[in-house]
Amino acid sequence: MPLSYVGKACALLERYNVEDYDLVRIITTKGELVGRIIPRPSIFDDEHIIVKLPNGYNIGINIARIVEIRVLEKAYQREETIPEVKFREDLPYVPLVVTGGTISSRVDYRTGAVRAYERPEELLDLIPELADIANIKYKPIFAEFSENLTPNHWRKMAEKTSEELNSGARGVVIAHGTDTMHYSAAALSFMLVNLRKPVALVGSQRSIDRPSTDAVLNLIAAVKVAAQSDIGEVVITMHGSPSDEFAWVLRGVKARKMHTSRRDAFIPVNSPPIARVTRDKIEIISDYRKAEENSKVEFDGRIDDRVFLLYTWPGMSPDIIESIRSLGYRGLVIAGTGLGHTPSCIIPSIERLVKDGIPVVITSQTLFGRVNLRVYETGRLLLKAGVIPGEDMLPEVALVKLMFVLGHCDEMNCIKEMMLKNMAGEISSSISMRDFPPCWVMR
Amino acid sequence: MKGLKVGLEIHQRLKTHKLFCNCPSMLMEREPDGWVMRMMGISRSELGSVDPAARFELLRQRKFLYGIYFDETCEVEVDESPPLEMNREAIEIAIRIAKMLNMDVVDEIHTMRKIVVDGSNTTGFQRTALIAIGGEDSVIRTNQGEVRIATLCLEEESAFIAETGSDFVRYKLDRLGIPLVEIATHPDIKSPEQAKEVALRIGRILRATGKVMRGIGTIRQDINVSIEGGARQEIKGVQEPDLIPVVISREVDRQLNLLRIRDEISERGIVEEDIGGFFELSDVLKKAEKGFVRKAIDSGESAFAIYARRMRGLIGREIQPGRRLGTELASYAKVFAGVKGIIHSDELPNYGISSDLVAEIRNRLGIGEEDAFILVISDRKTAEIALKSVADRLKYAIKGIPEETRRALEDGNTEFMRPMPGSARMYPETDVLPVLSYSFLEALEGWKPEFPEDIIGRLISYGISRDQAEEIFDEEKVELFERVSSLCKNLSKGFVASTLTSMMKYLRREGVKVELIPESKLAEVLLLVDQGALAKEAVESMIRDLAESPYADVKEIAKRYSMSQEELEKLIDDVVSSHRDELMKIGEKAFSMLMGEVMKKARGRVDGRIVSSKLRERIRKEVSQEAL
Repeated sequence: MPLSYVGKACALLERYNVEDYDLVRIITTKGELVGRIIPRPSIFDDEHIIVKLPNGYNIGINIARIVEIRVLEKAYQREETIPEVKFREDLPYVPLVVTGGTISSRVDYRTGAVRAYERPEELLDLIPELADIANIKYKPIFAEFSENLTPNHWRKMAEKTSEELNSGARGVVIAHGTDTMHYSAAALSFMLVNLRKPVALVGSQRSIDRPSTDAVLNLIAAVKVAAQSDIGEVVITMHGSPSDEFAWVLRGVKARKMHTSRRDAFIPVNSPPIARVTRDKIEIISDYRKAEENSKVEFDGRIDDRVFLLYTWPGMSPDIIESIRSLGYRGLVIAGTGLGHTPSCIIPSIERLVKDGIPVVITSQTLFGRVNLRVYETGRLLLKAGVIPGEDMLPEVALVKLMFVLGHCDEMNCIKEMMLKNMAGEISSSISMRDFPPCWVMR
Repeated sequence: MKGLKVGLEIHQRLKTHKLFCNCPSMLMEREPDGWVMRMMGISRSELGSVDPAARFELLRQRKFLYGIYFDETCEVEVDESPPLEMNREAIEIAIRIAKMLNMDVVDEIHTMRKIVVDGSNTTGFQRTALIAIGGEDSVIRTNQGEVRIATLCLEEESAFIAETGSDFVRYKLDRLGIPLVEIATHPDIKSPEQAKEVALRIGRILRATGKVMRGIGTIRQDINVSIEGGARQEIKGVQEPDLIPVVISREVDRQLNLLRIRDEISERGIVEEDIGGFFELSDVLKKAEKGFVRKAIDSGESAFAIYARRMRGLIGREIQPGRRLGTELASYAKVFAGVKGIIHSDELPNYGISSDLVAEIRNRLGIGEEDAFILVISDRKTAEIALKSVADRLKYAIKGIPEETRRALEDGNTEFMRPMPGSARMYPETDVLPVLSYSFLEALEGWKPEFPEDIIGRLISYGISRDQAEEIFDEEKVELFERVSSLCKNLSKGFVASTLTSMMKYLRREGVKVELIPESKLAEVLLLVDQGALAKEAVESMIRDLAESPYADVKEIAKRYSMSQEELEKLIDDVVSSHRDELMKIGEKAFSMLMGEVMKKARGRVDGRIVSSKLRERIRKEVSQEAL
């Protein structure tokens, strides 16, 4: 297999006609050893080669110590047999739209970390249970870690989803990186107009090549939601606890990744989970929009991505607001403090922005709770400056929504009206006392 | 023993925090604060082949419950956060040990994932890194020749298994992640006794670093054994060095006996097709007399059987003391299917199954008197898995001996744990960056390691015997001995040494839990003796009491065994006045008699020397007063 090495190490290996995975005998100044050449991530230095010893261990050998390398056996192409999956008349059709992320990742030796599966069929080989829930087809549309996604990727995802739903899919599962899953879920919620079928985004916090992966339960849950539930919304299905016990079904516009690494990183904000899914069943928890058979969804990809999301901080200066305008942004979402406040000193700049037709939406850094600009002086001044209070929308949801709204109208009154209208469950009419989860109380 | 080849793997916990997080390497006595449930999936190894050991575990679909401690374990142990950087202190200790064994430290250390899906690691793999490779000089010299050291690895300790059920296993996470070094020898060992010698020597070198954990369970040996014509076996978890030769000899016996069985199978002309069938026998066994079989059937369980033609007598053949071929089959059924055991025809009639019923079973299976059968009582699905694994193992007996990972039992026997894993179950831990060893080696330049014999020599220079010095070293009391010796002014070093070694051993044999006593408390006791505040004779009682309440105040306990100045003077007063007549008669010659009287009450509570000097003074005073 072609050599992945660079620089000095590459030159050395080439001199001995060595390629990745070749079995070699290496003579060093310390002695000699036999092993297989393992690809080296290019971010590492070029002064060592990695060798897999017969006992399975990898070690790095300094090339300065290498006297000679002899190839004992060229690398062999590995053969894998993936069992073919038969179509089952009794099961619904559910496409798995693959976009990348840990859930479709495997160990990669070029980058040193994890990388997308080249052949996503491997998922079914690893989770045979899925074949008993639905007829699954793989629909890879791109392979990106979610931090690299753009509104164009949202469009592709929404378009593919609507195509599938309008041509026989009972529901759609989207395999997605977790970092920005809640942005994509919000975008899909707005772009899939008149959605009356389940669309489940699913990811994993532990890559699927690990025995402890959370992808097994998450995928089973997502496919169950798509194949069996009557939820007609965009949802996120991820672990509900550190145990492999159940997954939450969370409304796409009401969920957020709240932990860097835990399996149960996704938490519902200002809204209860829709359901709880175990390997055996789906238990409904709260109200949702019902799915309708034979419904057609409409894909609306009109979106203007020139929206800025600003996290305010104590001591910030107004010139930032000014520069947002000069950079050509058409809208601003502010994650303010507490009830939705900003430092008073930036309010005049906000007012000028609004006067010039750039909408400013206020959300809160507290994430939980609703903004209220009528309680304190600062809030009232913001209202007077013409900001749009974002109710209980998450800052990220308000950002995506404002992009969508700006794709549909220019006029401030229209923008305001659309922003304050509940389009996909992103604005709650009331927030229950149950919906704030401090872990110390739960314990 | 001809053709015997043994290799050792010695695992030793290091005295530092955990390998991939900052949690303390501390074992918890109390119950965990919470439990997390996980199931393990299968994983593809680096070279793309699915590991047989992993595939096998999948058969079991077990639930793994992990006990977490809110303050003593963190997100890393429960696999909710990627590992932190590899513990640099642990790397340093491992490199020191490698240097002591004359090994070549690798230039760049790569952490690997060793797939272990029995649940003992929350990740489904054990993180391990090869630190050093044996060179020409990396040998352990023994009376029976040199044994080469192959590799030294630094790895994570597994989770502690707290409970096993038929479909779940409970683990506690306090132990998971404690750093271990694993030192593996080449299979150069040729006798059971030599294996013990090598284990003891390596253990002593490890202890000489002063940087390894001490006490029960902190060091354990895995033994690789093979004999000519037999098969390689990996025997896990031998904790006592004395057990090593026993385990090896019994393994040799087991293999020889299995080979004899194979030869007999061949003589009888048995082939794979002679083993098979799958019959339900619940209706037959309903007729069993009272016993666990009948009870199980009555409670709704079913019974299933396979036959093994012409195998009568072989399944009941003993292969290790108290273990038969049937015991091996039962282990397979237990491990693969989670059943409690099997019943085979060589042990019948028994368990309420009469000879009439045995005949009926034979009839049902269509087999004759010379044939054997194996029964399992469970539901159908479990029985299928159980009997398939039994049949596979029996078929292997036609060929010879399967390579296995076995568990050492307390009596020196071993039992089947899982099939031997292949080397494909290792792949890189991509969450951890490789570590260059150069800076560690530079920092250790000029470092002169202290070997066990150096330390023993130093101990002897305190004025104790070689035996005592060796015992202090082996009992891992070097640090304590040297600390106490440097603080004591009056106490003999021999007394300190014997207190820390022979007295501890004696008390331990009596069942006193001396290992619970913190070293600082032992030091305090000896210092009290040194200061004359406690009698030497009271030390044993003090240690007994401390073992009962290890965190009690030493001075408080000492009050039970020491006599205050005033008490002693009062006692001497009483004795002297009640023996005044004798004293008057024989004068100072009465000393030994009076001393005996005083010591009757003061023994063990005050130092004899103090009593004697006080008493002499008092007698002198008394006699001289009289003389006036």
